Amino acid sequence: MRGRRFWLSLGLQALLMPLALLWLAPLWLMFVFATRPEYDIFRVPTPLLPGTAFCDNLNNLQEDTDFFRALWNSIVVSGLSTLGAVLLSSLSGFALAVYRFRGQAFVFSLVVLTLTIPYFTVVIPQYILVAREFQLTNTYWGVILPFLANALGVFYMRQVFLSLPSSLLDAARVDGASELRIFFQIALPLVTPSLAALALIFFLNVWNDYLWPLLVLSEKEMYTAPVALGTLIGLTRVSWAGIMVGSFLMTLPFAVLFFFLQRYFVAGITAGAIKE
Amino acid sequence: MRTRAPYFFLAPYLAFFALFWAWPVVYSLYLSFLNTRVYPWRLEFGTNWSRLLQDPFFFVALKNTLLILVVQVPLMLVLALILALALNSTLLRMKGFYRFAFFVPVVVGSVAYSATFRLLFNTEFGAVNALLRSLGHPGYDWLYTPGPAMAVIIFALTWRWTGYNAIILLAGLQRIPRELYEAAAIDGANFWQQFRYVTLPGIRPVLLFCLVLSIIGTLQLFTEPFLITAGGPGNATMTLGLYLYQQGFRSFNFGYASAIAYTVALLAATLSFLQLRLWRER
Repeated sequence: MRGRRFWLSLGLQALLMPLALLWLAPLWLMFVFATRPEYDIFRVPTPLLPGTAFCDNLNNLQEDTDFFRALWNSIVVSGLSTLGAVLLSSLSGFALAVYRFRGQAFVFSLVVLTLTIPYFTVVIPQYILVAREFQLTNTYWGVILPFLANALGVFYMRQVFLSLPSSLLDAARVDGASELRIFFQIALPLVTPSLAALALIFFLNVWNDYLWPLLVLSEKEMYTAPVALGTLIGLTRVSWAGIMVGSFLMTLPFAVLFFFLQRYFVAGITAGAIKE
Repeated sequence: MRTRAPYFFLAPYLAFFALFWAWPVVYSLYLSFLNTRVYPWRLEFGTNWSRLLQDPFFFVALKNTLLILVVQVPLMLVLALILALALNSTLLRMKGFYRFAFFVPVVVGSVAYSATFRLLFNTEFGAVNALLRSLGHPGYDWLYTPGPAMAVIIFALTWRWTGYNAIILLAGLQRIPRELYEAAAIDGANFWQQFRYVTLPGIRPVLLFCLVLSIIGTLQLFTEPFLITAGGPGNATMTLGLYLYQQGFRSFNFGYASAIAYTVALLAATLSFLQLRLWRER
């Protein structure tokens, strides 16, 4: 039997290893291209080892578009919308999990229903609202506002707070703490890992989002990183090594985070799919 | 206990929800009945919807989107299931490496990998054709021939989303009680029988979740065809998402774009419902 297991294991390894390398190849080549001089991208056979032209490529990218500015915009927009969405999600999730109140079932079914609505059915009115009614094109708030109400976040935080023992909250009530204080000082600190998972997923979603910022941002100084890169892709006289540097810089922080914090990403991704 | 606290806690979310979700869902349905090519916009029930039924570009976009749906989603989910099974198996070594390799695309932005795939599938110097030529195959004019262009979109999507689905499926697999497998083994069930009678029923709800999510996602495909192929060559990779973007935000015909959006919503609802019926536990 031992021999059979060994061969099965080896067979599985032989099957999966090439596939895994194939899966890593696009990211590896993104890195290689980002560090090679421009002409190396257009060379056959494809270079497989990194070079030393990263800084030159970064300069080229910076000449094509103000990428540092775009990265900063992305950080601001992703950070603020994550803060807001996590706060709104946990407040609502807490309300739905801890209290019994009139309209509770209705609100919860609204949340679940929202999860099934395709984004396309709301994007045009969202645009009309933000661009025409609020006049918020080319502002941070214009990008941020639609991200604040996130049904998946509410659903997830409700699950999280449901697993919190109610005796803890009751003890605080006996001591005379207000509900808001119970939420901020007792409930939230107890669920920090879940909050971190949610924040990570929210941040990543806004960081990588392309369509919405593309719609509301038309001034170069306001571009987020994906929009800045996206505008370069269609052009002819543009540094492709530069675009790869931009792609690499956008990806690297999260690839590293993913390496160390995989558990949190997984928790955020499986939210909604797996009933706790 | 009776308190008004939950209403205060819900208020900010509900305010944003009303503004950015509830009202838009209703308003875009209303928009789809407006003629938005005149000013002021006029309520004309037929304009957009009858145009939709006669618009050859819409049907090309619909056909392409459904083609991607029918080919890519099953391909990806089967691959994701195999991966999840492998990663859940005690036979596999170096799991950390495999998890990283297959899962890391979930953090990669659509623009970053679209740019990379464009380079990899370039006809003259792309890595894919370079590899094919070294194997004695002439390669393809990937981005400029209809079939191969579609294939590139499918490869890109599969690369990006297989790991995502495998993560969800793996979580589903890990929740199947070990005793079920032990009982099946005692009853003399072989690997295939265990898969058929323990694993598959155990992850059915999760698999269904992935399927519905993938259907909704694919119907709204935009960034990849926009950046990798620009819908081309011709309209060979034009998708509903891309067409909606063109109509809504290039021509600013919000009424017609809303009709396209609601078509997507109807398709998503119908297909999801069909899957739920088809896969319902007997």
